[in-house]
Amino acid sequence: MSVSTEGGAFAELRLDRVRRAFGEHVALRDLELTIKGGEFVALLGPSGCGKSTALNCLAGLLPLSGGQILMDGRRIDTLPPEKRGFGMVFQNYALFPHMSVRRNVAFGLAMRGVARAERIRRVDEVLRLVQLTEHADKFPAQLSGGQQQRVAIARAIVLEPWLVLMDEPLSNLDASLRLEMRNEIRRLHQSLGLTTVYVTHDQEEALALADRLVVLRDGVVQQVGSPEQVYAHPANRYVAGFMGYRNMIPATVSEVDGDLVAVDVGEVTLRGISRDRITENSAVAAIRPSDVSVADREGENTLRGQVEIVEYHGREQAVQARLPGGVPLHVRTRSRLAPGDSVLFHLPPERLLVFGEHS
Amino acid sequence: MRLVGSPGAWLVWGAVAFFLVNLFGLVLAVVVNSFSVQWFGTWWPNGLTTDYYASAWQDLGLLDVLVVTGQVALAVVALSVLIGVPTAYALARRNFPGKRLVTVLFLLPILLPPMTYGIPLATVLYKFDLAGSVAGVIVANLVPSVPFVVLTMTPFIEQIDPRIEAAARMCGARTLSVFTRVLAPLLVPGILAASILVLVRTVGMFELTFLTAGPGSQTLVVSLYESMFSAGIRAQQAVDAVAVIYTGSMLVLLVIALRFVNPTQLVTRLKEPAP
Amino acid sequence: MTAPTTAPPVSPPGERPPGIAHRLAERGIDRVLLLLVPGVVFVVVLFAYPVLYGLQLSFQPEEGGGPFANYERFFGDPYLRDTIWITLRLAVPAALFNVLASIPIAYRMRGAFRGKRVLTTILVVPITLGTVLTAQGLISYLGPAGWFNKILIGIGLTDEPVRLVNNYWGVLFSLIITGFPFAFLLTLSYLSGIDPTLEQAAATLGADRRRRFRHITFPLLAPGLAITFCLTFVLAFSVFPSAYLVGLPQGETRVISIVAYESAFRDTDYPLGSAIAMVMALVMLVVVGLVLVWRSTMYRGATGGKG
Ligand SMILES: Nc1ncnc2c1ncn2[C@@H]1O[C@H](COP(=O)(O)OP(=O)(O)O)[C@@H](O)[C@H]1O
Ligand SMILES: [Mg+2]
Repeated sequence: MSVSTEGGAFAELRLDRVRRAFGEHVALRDLELTIKGGEFVALLGPSGCGKSTALNCLAGLLPLSGGQILMDGRRIDTLPPEKRGFGMVFQNYALFPHMSVRRNVAFGLAMRGVARAERIRRVDEVLRLVQLTEHADKFPAQLSGGQQQRVAIARAIVLEPWLVLMDEPLSNLDASLRLEMRNEIRRLHQSLGLTTVYVTHDQEEALALADRLVVLRDGVVQQVGSPEQVYAHPANRYVAGFMGYRNMIPATVSEVDGDLVAVDVGEVTLRGISRDRITENSAVAAIRPSDVSVADREGENTLRGQVEIVEYHGREQAVQARLPGGVPLHVRTRSRLAPGDSVLFHLPPERLLVFGEHS
Repeated sequence: MRLVGSPGAWLVWGAVAFFLVNLFGLVLAVVVNSFSVQWFGTWWPNGLTTDYYASAWQDLGLLDVLVVTGQVALAVVALSVLIGVPTAYALARRNFPGKRLVTVLFLLPILLPPMTYGIPLATVLYKFDLAGSVAGVIVANLVPSVPFVVLTMTPFIEQIDPRIEAAARMCGARTLSVFTRVLAPLLVPGILAASILVLVRTVGMFELTFLTAGPGSQTLVVSLYESMFSAGIRAQQAVDAVAVIYTGSMLVLLVIALRFVNPTQLVTRLKEPAP
Repeated sequence: MTAPTTAPPVSPPGERPPGIAHRLAERGIDRVLLLLVPGVVFVVVLFAYPVLYGLQLSFQPEEGGGPFANYERFFGDPYLRDTIWITLRLAVPAALFNVLASIPIAYRMRGAFRGKRVLTTILVVPITLGTVLTAQGLISYLGPAGWFNKILIGIGLTDEPVRLVNNYWGVLFSLIITGFPFAFLLTLSYLSGIDPTLEQAAATLGADRRRRFRHITFPLLAPGLAITFCLTFVLAFSVFPSAYLVGLPQGETRVISIVAYESAFRDTDYPLGSAIAMVMALVMLVVVGLVLVWRSTMYRGATGGKG
């Protein structure tokens, strides 16, 4: 049995309680996810959280320990990887070192028995798309990192797969190349009408690229949602931390009124938002450094802190101050501060998220 | 890099030079003797001739011996690669309960003197009427060769990124294609290196062949030993001629081997095979 | 997209595949392990079985007596028992010399320089000599009428030819000539695997040549040296033809291989021969075990080399 792979599109790919264990250690726990055709989904999480495991399960490179994968209602988790018709871009590219760029890209077509003339045409076309035409006869070892990366992408997309899987494809590149390739990947996704599952530990990359984010922690899904949802409304303290809420101020809940909560930090009471009705007494108040501003007088939601470290970031400064309880507060501000200054900081209530300490 | 300079360096290179000069003298003594008409107690023989090569060739039936040696060596190389490489692949790619035991099982034939398993093996081969035949010699020589291939190929396969195989699968290659199109070309340098080392080892392996060979299944080392042991019967020069032939063929093998194997990379190998 | 011809039915949620294969695969057990079968069958049939057969045979003495009669005979008869010491007296110095001499030479040959390949090849050539040519060469070259003694007498270092073959020294030289290239190759290989920037780092921290070697290179090299010693020792401990050809096979170079061989094949006492082979294996394993215990006290991680 084999699934056709040419010009494929599917309506939905459903991961139903997909599970994978290594001996006693559960690397991926009951992953539920539905991917629609044409979507760009990013799996986001720190190193070791099970992203590659999820991707390899989807690709068929790792057998599942439980659950199933359905494509438009048909089970595909029993198919070997070569019959699923997915393309994959590996973190270190995994180019065949003994084949030229052209033969690397043509390999999948040869495996599918595509005729020679057609093969040459399609390889040339894809190489033009990733701008590697003049490097077609080089070997992987003769290419730069960015070029190798583009060969890996070309090798995956030349088959016009139903689904392209990418495992941290940009993590080995330097910063400027990373930005450039990021645009390239999004451009290819759109112009070829691909469906893409993209694994990364870089939240900025995930936010920039994806239609939908899946945040993982220790093999468990924390939140699924659009970039806006995840960015503005992280589901819990962990996701918030990952989404740039660098300040986590320990606090005690004093008042709950629907979404609005008041918490005490030392002497001061702060007002903020809690999306899931908070039940615990001890909480953390989370806010992004860029949402904190310098206040000129005492008022609602202000805290006094002592400036300790100032980093120059062009127009802005990144400031680390210390609150009276000894808790550090990170601030990005255009005001000019100097170490030793005692400053009042304003934490806008609509930007201050309160999570139960164990959420 | 500076090779000489300090007194320590002079000492080391002096010792190396002393060793090499004596070694050269040793080899030269055998070569000169093999060409000499008669040489006894003087600095130089009283005449040179190639007669002893001709007589050694005929008396010892060297052609047959060389044919047997070639047969044994090639069969051992082919079989130990066929058996050893798949084993090495499984050991390199999988962690399974009992892996240490399997590894020790493959280490022992290399760590034990050939005599220790050669004697019981010869006994068993006699029991099954295999001793004395070319087949018996091949079987005996396989015992250290298969583990040797396993132990040299395992690290070689480990350094080939398994994701390259995964990538081939994602391109739609089935197991057979993954093997023939991707894995095999990457394994060739390692297999070549291991084969040549097995070849050199087998041609030079004395004990196991000695214990299991009979008339007609002797390899070159063993007939050399026999001819030397029965030195009274045969002229010294003839024995030396055989020794020179043996060393000459080993030297050719070694020079070929060094073309494929960088001796400094016996233990730590190149990360990426050159394209 | 074409529909597959034999699509498996969709399982209702809650039903899981039986998963025994999966659970085994999680522990690394899958069809790839079938590749082990030929190799394991091979060592079991042709190595483990003969060794165990020999072990069992060694407990069935030809001349009757208890199961341990062969071992009692070996350890009771000084003519047999002493072969262990005779062999160790040859093998330990030879292996030690080969390894210790390899270190300074290999250490000076790290890094790239012109002629390195040629020099390496020359040092490795003795591998091709084999025991028999080495023996022939030793007899002609070091013999009483050989060039070596002629030179010694010529420059007045001695009046009488020095006896260097057909005794302990002949066999020792033979073991060094055949064993040194091997030890040298392995040592050079292990040394090349040590990242040279580690020594440079130590130099910037104020360590001179000697202390760099003592504190950085040597500790990283030591585990490799242990392996090298083991492998060189096996070669030396197995000494057989050269003990006949350039030694005194009935006297000071009556090594254990000789008595094992002679018992089994000259006297066709297979059980005694097997018993001696087992003793030989045991001594070998004890020595290797001691070396490995020493090695386990050393750092054994990556040496940061080029590969
Ligand atoms: N082959 C394996 N054997 C055992 N444990 C593994 C294996 N592969 C991954 N793991 C474990 O599973 C967890 C998730 O790994 P992975 O999916 O690679 O994480 P990442 O999110 O960094 O890609 C890690 O804790 C890792 O140690
Ligand atoms: Mg990963």
